[in-house]
Amino acid sequence: MRSRYSVFSLLANALTGQKGWTPAWRDAAPKPAYDVIVVGGGGHGLATAYYLAKEHGIRNVAVLEKGHIGSGNAGRNTTIIRSNYLLPGNEPFYEWSMKLWEGLEQDVNYNSMVSQRGVLNLYHSDAQRDAYARRGNSMRMAGADSELLDEAGVRAYAPFLNFDDARFPIKGGLLQRRGGTARHDAVVWGYARAADKLGVDIVQNCEVTGFIRENGVVVGVETTRGPIRAGKVGLAVAGSTSRLTRLLDLRLPIESHVLTAFVSEGLKPLVPGVVTFGAGHFYVSQSDKGGLVFGGDIDGYNSYAQRGNLPVVEDVCEAGMALMPQIGRLRVLRSWGGIMDMSMDGSPIIDVGPLPGLYLNCGWNYGGFKATPASGWCFAWTLAKDAPHALNAAYRLDRFRTGHMIDEKGVGAQPNLH
Amino acid sequence: MSRLSEGGLIDRSKPLAFSFDGKAMRGYAGDTLASALLANDVRLVGRSFKYHRPRGIFSSGSEEPNALVELRDGARREPNSRATVVELYDGLSAASQNRWPSLDFDIQSVNGLLGPLLGAGFYYKTFMWPAALWEKLYEPLIRRAAGLGRAAEAPDPDSYDRSFAFCDLLVIGGGAAGLMAALTAGRSGARVILADEDFRFGGRILAERAEIDDAPSLAFVERAVAELAALPNVRLLPRTTVFGAYDGGTFGALERVADHLPLPPAFTPRQRYWKIVAKRSLLCAGAIDRPIVFGGNDRPGVMSAQALRTYAVRYAANPGKRAVVFANNGYAWSAAFDAAEAGVDIAAIVDVRPEAPPIQLERAKRRGVRVIQGGQVVATSGRLLSSVTVRSATGEEKIAAEVLAISGGSSPNVGLTSHFGGKPVYRADIAGFVPGACPPGMRVAGAARGDYSLARCLAAGAAEAAEAVSELGFSAYATPVPQARDNAITVTPFWHVPGSRGPAFVDLQNDVTAKDITIAHTEGFRAVELLKRYTTLGMATDQGRTSNVTGLAMMAVLTGQDVGATGTTLFRPPYTPVALGAIAGHHRGKDFRATRPTPTHDWARAQGAVFVEAGLWLRAQYFPRPGETDWLETVNREVTATRTGVGLIDVSTFGKIDIQGPDAGAFLDRVYINTFSTLPVGRARYGVMLREDGIVMDDGTTSRLGERHYLMTTTTANAAKVYQHLEFCLQVLWPELDVQMASVSEQWAQISIAGPQARAVLEQVVDGLDVSNAALPYMGVAQGTVLSGVAARIFRVSFSGELGYEIAVPARQGRRLAEALMAAGAPFGITPYGTEALGVMRIEKGHVSGNELNGQTSARDLGLGRMASTKKDYVGRVLSQRPAFLEEGRVSFVGFKPVNPGDRLRAGAHFLPHGRSGTTANDEGYMTSVAFSPLLGHWIGLGLIARGTERIGESVRAYDPVRGGDIPVEICHPAFVDPEGERLRV
Amino acid sequence: MRLPCPYCGVRDAHEFSYLGDAAPRRPDPAAPDAADAFHDYVYLRDNPAGAIRELWYHGAGCRRWIVVDRDTRTHAIAGATFASGSASGDAS
Repeated sequence: MRSRYSVFSLLANALTGQKGWTPAWRDAAPKPAYDVIVVGGGGHGLATAYYLAKEHGIRNVAVLEKGHIGSGNAGRNTTIIRSNYLLPGNEPFYEWSMKLWEGLEQDVNYNSMVSQRGVLNLYHSDAQRDAYARRGNSMRMAGADSELLDEAGVRAYAPFLNFDDARFPIKGGLLQRRGGTARHDAVVWGYARAADKLGVDIVQNCEVTGFIRENGVVVGVETTRGPIRAGKVGLAVAGSTSRLTRLLDLRLPIESHVLTAFVSEGLKPLVPGVVTFGAGHFYVSQSDKGGLVFGGDIDGYNSYAQRGNLPVVEDVCEAGMALMPQIGRLRVLRSWGGIMDMSMDGSPIIDVGPLPGLYLNCGWNYGGFKATPASGWCFAWTLAKDAPHALNAAYRLDRFRTGHMIDEKGVGAQPNLH
Repeated sequence: MSRLSEGGLIDRSKPLAFSFDGKAMRGYAGDTLASALLANDVRLVGRSFKYHRPRGIFSSGSEEPNALVELRDGARREPNSRATVVELYDGLSAASQNRWPSLDFDIQSVNGLLGPLLGAGFYYKTFMWPAALWEKLYEPLIRRAAGLGRAAEAPDPDSYDRSFAFCDLLVIGGGAAGLMAALTAGRSGARVILADEDFRFGGRILAERAEIDDAPSLAFVERAVAELAALPNVRLLPRTTVFGAYDGGTFGALERVADHLPLPPAFTPRQRYWKIVAKRSLLCAGAIDRPIVFGGNDRPGVMSAQALRTYAVRYAANPGKRAVVFANNGYAWSAAFDAAEAGVDIAAIVDVRPEAPPIQLERAKRRGVRVIQGGQVVATSGRLLSSVTVRSATGEEKIAAEVLAISGGSSPNVGLTSHFGGKPVYRADIAGFVPGACPPGMRVAGAARGDYSLARCLAAGAAEAAEAVSELGFSAYATPVPQARDNAITVTPFWHVPGSRGPAFVDLQNDVTAKDITIAHTEGFRAVELLKRYTTLGMATDQGRTSNVTGLAMMAVLTGQDVGATGTTLFRPPYTPVALGAIAGHHRGKDFRATRPTPTHDWARAQGAVFVEAGLWLRAQYFPRPGETDWLETVNREVTATRTGVGLIDVSTFGKIDIQGPDAGAFLDRVYINTFSTLPVGRARYGVMLREDGIVMDDGTTSRLGERHYLMTTTTANAAKVYQHLEFCLQVLWPELDVQMASVSEQWAQISIAGPQARAVLEQVVDGLDVSNAALPYMGVAQGTVLSGVAARIFRVSFSGELGYEIAVPARQGRRLAEALMAAGAPFGITPYGTEALGVMRIEKGHVSGNELNGQTSARDLGLGRMASTKKDYVGRVLSQRPAFLEEGRVSFVGFKPVNPGDRLRAGAHFLPHGRSGTTANDEGYMTSVAFSPLLGHWIGLGLIARGTERIGESVRAYDPVRGGDIPVEICHPAFVDPEGERLRV
Repeated sequence: MRLPCPYCGVRDAHEFSYLGDAAPRRPDPAAPDAADAFHDYVYLRDNPAGAIRELWYHGAGCRRWIVVDRDTRTHAIAGATFASGSASGDAS
């Protein structure tokens, strides 16, 4: 029996040499069949399993993970949470995600360090200001918070930015105070532990190698640990989606791209929340450990290599120095790449199908982390009810056929520009 | 002073003054900060990350986990500098960090008392009650306590350079293997770059008392460096860390050009970031000593055996009065002997192995060094280490010592080999991970692949280099490999002293203990990545170079797996941390990105223009005059002057694409929704082009200059994008079309004059060209000369809605043309105007611009659908017929005016029906552009609203909660001024 | 990453911009199934983990569109040709 984490459990363990803890989740062996199989033990997959069990009472669920849980993008992102989207297809979904973040730790009894220290998007021109006003208004209309700051407002929130010697002067910013960061690994572990407690099998080192189909219906998967049958199979494998759907002869509106993220050596507190440059690709926050966590644009070419190249490293550091010239002597400690499932309109897909028995959750671009709770919640709903919830009603796969794209950036069907 | 009386590679004739925590000290040229501190008896240097425990100097290299300091002051303050690699210079000032109020007395060391509570995963299990306190209380406390050093207080005053280099062979590491490799390749004629992170080539030879060809090994180093320096095809890069391997044989490297100097000399960067493109690379990065985990293994005075040897031999600095060596291998014995010969008092060698090789025992005996075989250190004492408790077959014994030199074996520096994802492979015989699959073209030689013998390092360096350059066609003749004698050295895997007393640290910087590994195991965080993330093992500034292997080996013991099967975490770039400023180079401040001035920039500045960034361009935004109190007053004047007289603006920033060839017209028909093949020569036409997904990409006027010659204009923002798109269409979609293109945006200056008096002004600058309404009607194009012989193209087009001309001349003539037009227009009160007035006039006319062409709108949305030809195919046609594009409720482009004329409109406001709440469900569209119309005397707007064209005259709410706005506006036709276009045609 | 431009030789990838898979061909706009065919052409991708032929534009060089043979798992490049097929070169 896994104990609840509390002040008392901590004290008791401190006094007994930390010997009383138990595994955070069972290292389950796969059963021959489940009601639902979720492929992918990242944040989205584990959240899906948790909400299937909690919200829909579907507990005969397996999460299959080819490595160990959280080893994909869930453990490689820059941990930002926000609901500052523009379009009506997106904003209510992300605001629901934010609300789930706000109650997550108590819900799953795990401190994921959800920290609402603010997300500030800078603007550097009148046109950008107007675009952010439009966005800020969209956010308010969906029940989110937003503040349009002028330059003085930005100076008050982030006095350490370069206001005086900038190629693209800071004119103001759009601030979402409820935005912030969460400890990405802890999100994975929290969902895993909570889902496990509700009976979900988390099966690690279990790679899906094929699909079992009967009369055109997906009824299970072949894995490195043997065949497993299921009433429904949901895919939540981000950048690896096309590798799996290829086994079903499906082509998707997705390309896999590499995004590099960076962390610096630790520093005493400097950056309060998340700051995003509006005249270059750069965003930065500071982790509780003190490292600046930052990143920029994707490299721009299709890649499954989980590593990028120097032009983007340079671009990111240049933008960082343009924005915060006092960090010139601070050192980059580590960089790493993740495989982004870049979609053709920059927005995700959570849908039934396209084959009977199959359910898709993909297309998160470089923004999947913040969506984790709502993605799991909506995918669980979609799996349970065989229909999307209103919150993911716009995330249909056929939107490209009908023309209902959700293109926040307005760059069209070119994934590397989103 | 603990400076040994003789020896060392320090220059005793060059004393250097420095300070640590404000205390003045002295060292010598050739010292590092760490060696100088030790020579000044400083043993307490820093505080650990979590428990703020006192820490000393652990290593002598870039892997240092403990001795991190803030180097320099003020704007040059460098947090987290490793004292072990900071080259001493005169006047150096360093301060300890992560302590308060002082290094000696750090209040947060109470965290250590809470150690039993603060085990791995502690944070995840608590601080949840009540939820609101996380941001308000717990997290700020954690954040303040965490972090390490402090960032600089002001912009970095130093400069950084960026250089490219190309070579046949890049040799990484200039120790025994690297020097032999560079010599071998250099002698073959191949272009060689030899980079070493140290300020002196030689690697471990600098710290070992060895012989090569029967002479002190240092002589070999000096000979090799001298020969390499004399070879024209060899570039030596000392103080240079190759930090990353990238695709195409590209390596990132950082050269510390001036870090060893008090300040960078004039015109010298502090550091230089190299991009080295190498056909082959050879990693000779050596290996580092690994600690053994036991209780109290973190006290100041505990250091690696390699470090003890290095400080004693290379720097003549004695790290403490008596030293005990604790090891599981023979290297540590050699280290002890070298240190002893340099003058260090070795109290004992404690080896976990029950029987050490006889030859080592013999050497120890000869030097009078006591040996405890089968012994383990089970405790240490002293705030600064004062004694070591050793357990052996004869029981426990306390030995007084200020230094405990430990070695649990060596870890090859495999970092760069795994930058492409290659997993290091465990070799049980050396109890270490060696390179697995390397990046293409990379080889490894010497200790970096687990060959620790000096003789084999020399031989392998030569052999690998010879093979590498042979692959490139160079003949590497058999260089005689210098001879070195060393004996086979054995290691017995040993990770952790069970039953030792006190916290036993695995990761010294992040304070990860043996107990934390046990907790992770118990809770199921057993995979190496989970172990790392749950405990923070290996996540400190040293990236676990001294801790990863031990930590995962301890996990392997717990899980019963072997170390190889457990595997190791991957190293990622950079190999050692790299300053952000160095990678950014000169791209900072105003030079972050290039600045494109227009041809009339200097003229406009002389007119007092205020400039605005438009992409990379700087454009005149408005031209304030004395007495005007705000920008709106100025802009109103500029608009009024233009609409009533004549105004002038530089429009050179528009993209201009010259398109020629027999199929030019057919080509344009395929990229525009409307037809251009029927356009008469000497005429211009407004065109709209779509992306293939049916959304508007760009608009602009395209003129036909000849039967086979068109000139396209694009918006400023999309100039490059459209050009690339056209090249795509031509080269990829329709290579059969006979068309040639060139961007001429920068070749032509283009100045627009507009207003009722525009023609009168134009007539004065043309060289006898007939520009009458008949000869040059609206949308007509004329070619000729102006200003007595300057080639010019004159386009009768208008964005403002007034009679207008755009006059294009070669870019260098732009300023002259502007001045001539101003002079010619003076009698008519010609007024220069900027982008603000241009924007006002286009909004008054209801033209779409960047705010409307936002990548989300179709031609139909923008009221341009009827332009689309139904008689031809064009890019975007098919997909613009999808159901969503034709939906009834889709937005359309209309104008807006305030119901109360005094109300100000705001772009970005959303439209709501009256009586409905401000929710997503009630959202009907948004305001795209607004302006104050001096002509109408109130604010006007353009926007997109559901079924807008059917709702002219209807009042809706313009809802703008981010600015507190909520006003009624009336939907109207988008053209507020001259909707019939009569002014254009006069 | 360095790309073998058939016109300019091997150049750093930052001189190029990327479009994507070169396999999709613009369909016949007059065909009865044009709507579906264009949907597939514009939106659907194989997105292979492995060999891909892809379009790059040498914007900071010769302004040619080229087709590069590359592996998306390793970034290894096997060669490149002009996209137009005319005046073809092969710098593999």
